[in-house]
Amino acid sequence: MKKTVDASLAQEFGLTAEEYARVVTIMGRTPSLTELGVFSVMWSEHCSYKSSRKWLRTLPTKAPWVIHGPGENAGVVDIGQGYAAIFKMESHNHPSFIEPYQGAATGVGGILRDVFTMGARPIANLNALRFGNPETPRTRQIIDGVVRGIGGYGNCVGVPTVGGEINFHPAYDGNPLVNAMTVGLARKDRIFLSAAAGVGNPVVYVGSRTGRDGIHGATMSSAEFDENAMAKRPTVQVGDPFIEKLLIEACLELMATDAIVAIQDMGAAGLTSSAVEMAGKGGVGIELDLDAVPQREPNMTAYEMMLSESQERMLMVLKPDRTEVARKIFEKWELDFAIIGHLTETGHIVVKHKGQLEADIPLDPLADQAPIYDRPATTPVAPEPLGAVHAPLSLDAALLKMVGSPDLASRAWVWNQYDSTVGGQTVRRPGAADAAIVKIEDTSLALAITTDCTPRYCHAAPKTGGAQAVAEAWRNLTATGARPLAVTDNLNFGNPEKPEIMGQFVAAIEGMGDACRALDFPVVSGNVSLYNETRQPDGSALAILPTPAIGALGVLDDVEKAVGLGMQDGKAVVLVGETRGELGQSIWLREVLGREDGPPPPVDLAAEKRNGDFVRQEILSGAVSACHDLSDGGLMVAVAEMVMASGVGCELESPDSGIRPEAFWFGEDQARYLVCVDNAAEFCGRAEQAGVPARLIGQSGGNDLILPSGVTISAARLVAAHEAFFPALMTR
Amino acid sequence: MKAAIVVFPGTNRERDMAIALRRVTGHEPRMVWHRDTDLTGIDLVVLPGGFSYGDYLRCGAMAAHSPIMTEIRSFAQKGGHILGVCNGFQILTESGLLPGALLRNANLRFLSQDCHLRVERTDTPFTHKWQKGDVFRTPLAHGDGNYTADQSTLDRLEGEGLVAFRYASPNGQVQADDVDSNPNGSVNSIAGILSENTRICGMMPHPEDLVDPLMGGVDGLPLFEGLVEALVR
Repeated sequence: MKKTVDASLAQEFGLTAEEYARVVTIMGRTPSLTELGVFSVMWSEHCSYKSSRKWLRTLPTKAPWVIHGPGENAGVVDIGQGYAAIFKMESHNHPSFIEPYQGAATGVGGILRDVFTMGARPIANLNALRFGNPETPRTRQIIDGVVRGIGGYGNCVGVPTVGGEINFHPAYDGNPLVNAMTVGLARKDRIFLSAAAGVGNPVVYVGSRTGRDGIHGATMSSAEFDENAMAKRPTVQVGDPFIEKLLIEACLELMATDAIVAIQDMGAAGLTSSAVEMAGKGGVGIELDLDAVPQREPNMTAYEMMLSESQERMLMVLKPDRTEVARKIFEKWELDFAIIGHLTETGHIVVKHKGQLEADIPLDPLADQAPIYDRPATTPVAPEPLGAVHAPLSLDAALLKMVGSPDLASRAWVWNQYDSTVGGQTVRRPGAADAAIVKIEDTSLALAITTDCTPRYCHAAPKTGGAQAVAEAWRNLTATGARPLAVTDNLNFGNPEKPEIMGQFVAAIEGMGDACRALDFPVVSGNVSLYNETRQPDGSALAILPTPAIGALGVLDDVEKAVGLGMQDGKAVVLVGETRGELGQSIWLREVLGREDGPPPPVDLAAEKRNGDFVRQEILSGAVSACHDLSDGGLMVAVAEMVMASGVGCELESPDSGIRPEAFWFGEDQARYLVCVDNAAEFCGRAEQAGVPARLIGQSGGNDLILPSGVTISAARLVAAHEAFFPALMTR
Repeated sequence: MKAAIVVFPGTNRERDMAIALRRVTGHEPRMVWHRDTDLTGIDLVVLPGGFSYGDYLRCGAMAAHSPIMTEIRSFAQKGGHILGVCNGFQILTESGLLPGALLRNANLRFLSQDCHLRVERTDTPFTHKWQKGDVFRTPLAHGDGNYTADQSTLDRLEGEGLVAFRYASPNGQVQADDVDSNPNGSVNSIAGILSENTRICGMMPHPEDLVDPLMGGVDGLPLFEGLVEALVR
């Protein structure tokens, strides 16, 4: 059926009337169907960042160790000894709701390609997941599919999945978040970029064949869901991790030669975005002959091929005299290899198919005149103070309830489905330290990697929440002894056309920017996912909690100095940082009193920096044998987590702080760490000199957690409470 | 000892294996692409872990028909030593070099965790560094590690002492119906088996991933140290 191109079709493709008018002006005529398709995906929120770009520009992106910041396929930082770490986090939220297994699997595949396209061997995967109310069957179905999908893909490609996080909240019922992060390793003088160069150079397609899957996926990801969401299942792509594994090996083998001029994966908007971005960045034109594209299905149209999001495909510009070298490598790996076009001096993308001219679009206006919006944003209302709260549960009863609650319970059921050791470089597996630690083979270096965000804080006070997400990531890296280097952000929000959502977005970015500047922790890559809302039967739209997930990376110059969080026997346990007893938005408040209110704990960035730098220095000097940052659940949960990690107990002292016990033990004040040391007095003395609050709170030993009241909880009982949640939930 | 690690499309633990072998031999093992057929001068052939051919037909089934397998069969007939780990074990059973089969894990999920293995026999090149009944820790990572075989094969394996390792509790208790100690549900808790001449060993867990204190321990090292001693030339 031949479709008529007009404003109404443009609207179906997600373009507004104004945007369509701009297309017609640029083209000087009515665009063809293929041309309209190209414009609509390139100008989708997902590809153009039209609502977020203005604010993303305010984030700090530079530091002496940053090699490539935002704008490339992934961020690149210098980690020393001639190596660079290449990393990025990206969402696959919408597909994961519609088809959890394939949505999550292809999310992993997509982020892997963003990293190895730059010349890096992927060495670690992480994932930040948010699910709805665990009590609903649909949530359990989504968890099952997402976890299987992440494992199914990551395990097969042989990249260890070493960390991540999971939160639950009913706000994610109709819109779970799947944010996948990959870290890769390359020689820092062997980084591959995407800017095409060399008029006449061949444009080469490698990898899987093109099918009809994923057409308009980028457009789907740029709209909220309605009751017909499931009808969009055909727009979800299908992943093949085996082909991805071959593609990784083939690309890395080719990258060891000098054949490649430019390379980019075909991700969102497939052939369209890779061709447009490569040529656009290089300031050249590109001509594609779609007859040469390897195709999985017969009779595909130009429109379908240009918009397909079939997975495991890459586009490269090669040196003309090296194409046969490249072809042989891809033939060895049994992958398709096809010259599908060449670079031109026209500054246009020209698409031909079966002798017909299907598209001829000037690249500059396609990029430069892409819409950019300064959307109205209302300043979020500051939450009311929490006021006095009663404490209906004893400390021990509250602790047992909290360590078994959905947000704090053991994730072992999930981790144990992900291969975390393949590669032989995993120094700390999930749960053994505040960040995953992966060694760099044949060096003394290791990377520390974490993902963090506390969405309930972001919802209550987006600016504080944005700052807290960055600060917690920085703290988690610091708690292993690593020097934090840089951040990738994955900004998940609702519909930006609503001023209150846009207000959340703007405030969260402001908080993130403040923290990144204060902690010298630039943003080097990222992804924005908007329209995370689901239309309710009553017509209203349910937005997710604002979730600016932070993926962060640090380096240990000497991997031997890394510490984990497991309690060590016979040590003094010292609390670093100030405790005021902030219970607003705490896990204690929610799990014990069923309340989600009050302001989140304030973030004092100067204290974060001071306390963290002190703790890191103490770890590197060898004075600290275990370290754990304080976050969800506060002090007593942190102690319990250290006890559960090693089975070594701890006897806590009475705080004598003038703060109510529940606030002292379960308040979520920031900028705090627990450390195991041999000599508490000396440690506290050095802290005092550094202007860092530190106090002895207990002695480790035995197999029990002993509260100041004398109440004893065995490590085994804590572990049983901690580990029950996931298996019980998933075997219902 | 000169070792060759065979790489099939989809193999992904070849580098882990190379690290372990390098640690005990002091030199790089030879990486052999599955289309190559030259095993000249090789003392030990290793089939490492991974997802050869994506495990799309049956784990190891496609790789068992790879060009290199003809050469490996002939290597075996000549009394060569072969170690197959994880997908490598699956390839050995699919190619008939070891009996039995690996089914989906009993809980139908991929498992990635530490397990404990009890050493059942010590007069072999793979196990002689241990004492009978020794228990060691090792990671496992597989979706299809549930060993099974028909009754007569099992009787033969057990009767001739061809079980090399069994899944066990940390204190050495073997109980096949206990998911904590026998996580994938293998019959008789079998984790690794031997050929009749004890020169071919297949096992599901990954001792090669526990050969460095930095990665959490060296429990897997005796297997590789033992091979080097046994195959010294």
